[in-house]
Amino acid sequence: MSEAGFRLLDVSVIHASELRKNYGDFAAVDGISFDVAPGESFGLLGPNGAGKSTTMRMIGGTLLRTSGTLEVLGLDPETRGPEVRASLGVVPQSDNLDEELRARDNLIVYGRYFGLPLSYLKPKADELLEFAQLTEKANAKVNSLSGGMKRRLTIARGLVNEPRVLLLDEPTTGLDPQARHILWDRLFRLKEQGVTLVVTTHFMDEAEQLCDRLVVMDHGQIVAEGSPSSLIKQYSSREVAEVRFGSERNAAMVDELRDLAGRIEVLPDRILMYADDGEGLLEEVHRRGLNPVTSLVRRSSLEDVFLRLTGRSLID
Amino acid sequence: MAEPTTATASEVATVVGTGGVDHAALAARSRVWGALHVAQRQWVNEIPFIHIVLLTALGNPIIYLAAMGIGLGALVTSQVAGVPYLIFVAPALLVSTVATSGAGWGTWPIMGGFKWEKNYFAASATSVTPGQIALGETIGMTARLILQGAAFWVLGLPFNAWHSPWSVLTVPIAMLAGLAFFAPLAAYSATIEDEGIQFNLINRIIVMPMFLFAGTFFPLDVMPIYLQWIGWISPMWHGTQLARVAAFGMAYPLEGVVAHLLVLVAYVAVGLVLMRRNFFRRLTK
Repeated sequence: MSEAGFRLLDVSVIHASELRKNYGDFAAVDGISFDVAPGESFGLLGPNGAGKSTTMRMIGGTLLRTSGTLEVLGLDPETRGPEVRASLGVVPQSDNLDEELRARDNLIVYGRYFGLPLSYLKPKADELLEFAQLTEKANAKVNSLSGGMKRRLTIARGLVNEPRVLLLDEPTTGLDPQARHILWDRLFRLKEQGVTLVVTTHFMDEAEQLCDRLVVMDHGQIVAEGSPSSLIKQYSSREVAEVRFGSERNAAMVDELRDLAGRIEVLPDRILMYADDGEGLLEEVHRRGLNPVTSLVRRSSLEDVFLRLTGRSLID
Repeated sequence: MAEPTTATASEVATVVGTGGVDHAALAARSRVWGALHVAQRQWVNEIPFIHIVLLTALGNPIIYLAAMGIGLGALVTSQVAGVPYLIFVAPALLVSTVATSGAGWGTWPIMGGFKWEKNYFAASATSVTPGQIALGETIGMTARLILQGAAFWVLGLPFNAWHSPWSVLTVPIAMLAGLAFFAPLAAYSATIEDEGIQFNLINRIIVMPMFLFAGTFFPLDVMPIYLQWIGWISPMWHGTQLARVAAFGMAYPLEGVVAHLLVLVAYVAVGLVLMRRNFFRRLTK
């Protein structure tokens, strides 16, 4: 296989150093550095406007960076765009499928942009439709498909050139829970086949389910990096007790609870108390005669990590 | 891999091998042929509507030739530029209808490729470059224009509109005039984010006057000199003059012929440069 110009596989698939994108005075991406290893599932987690999609576009070379180093498979996506994009699969945030064409034709026609021969594309389209669980819909017009099916078709389309790296921008936004789980399952299988996945998301459950490693982004900067479990261990406790006292009493109750937990977060509608033993914490709350309207104990999530790092929730 | 059916064996071997897709080879081919891949992809969308395209391509000339050539021709009994009116008007009609079509394709469909269908954005995520997308659109347009011109020419035969086999040169001339409209307009359309009245204005203030002052139905020098400049900047006028020289050997100085050709080529060249630049800006911002 003529891999001339591509580096050996034990170097980062994506290497970013002090990557910056400015729009006038506004820094959409404010000097971020990260590396993605081959075969890993890498996430960019952050709220809307954090700079995730901007970063993704720079990786694909469809947005020019203001400054910094960016290498994808050892190449600069700005100067070697066609070479980089030949090995990339791109699943954009909003589907830009051809609504008037049939599902199968969308795959073939997209493959023709790459100049892939029809003899390859026709069987490939069938293979991808089966992967996306859309075989029965092969000859249906795209505008007759549900949102989840369109998303799966867009992912299938991003695989037509057998990419080494698949970029997914907010893959499950707007999908119902069942559709999301089907999608995660499909992506997991891809990972098993050795495709490197780069996912942006503002859903903490998606980040936890899909990503081996992730960076947390906020206001164009990386505020933390690591695996989901290591981030939770580092920035949060094992369990969280959530209590609600009603919006009137919430703020007032905080002082009563302060000595109970190492860390307390006050949200508009509830109070979060972080400890390794959430049940024990709740028992103490009840024993003190403070009676919350509702309460629950759950394990810490990346949402709690984000809250700790930025003081805000992922979904604003 | 399956035996190649529509692709040549060498095409399959370079890009798709026993190890799967060879990305380096794919990129190399994309660098060279990317624009053609884009052009051919745009054609796919037209195939379901090919009957409409053909109907317009064929219906247009019939109507024009009948109405203007025969209808008006019955009124204009004296010769114009040394030939009967039908012979005078036919090559100009061919150029004008093809060029107007080029103008039309350079507005809404280009904007749609960015705003609604977003097929340009989809393409930009593959191994083609924005410049190749612009070039590919132009190549696709060229094929359309030639098809329309050829259909018109063929339909002119039963009307006895052509007195010389050289009249077939009116087809590439019309294509050039059509591209002279298409490329600059497409360059402009690539910059439009929201549709307002821009395209309507363009049609009424630019395309229509250029059509009416193209010397199609009457020679331009019949108009007062202070109005003739509209024709001089109109790709259609340059096209119709050239078409008449080709169709019935209208007497014309060589410098004039060369000048017309150069003006058309200049329109296309400048339009293409701007088109590539604007497509690049729109797709990378």
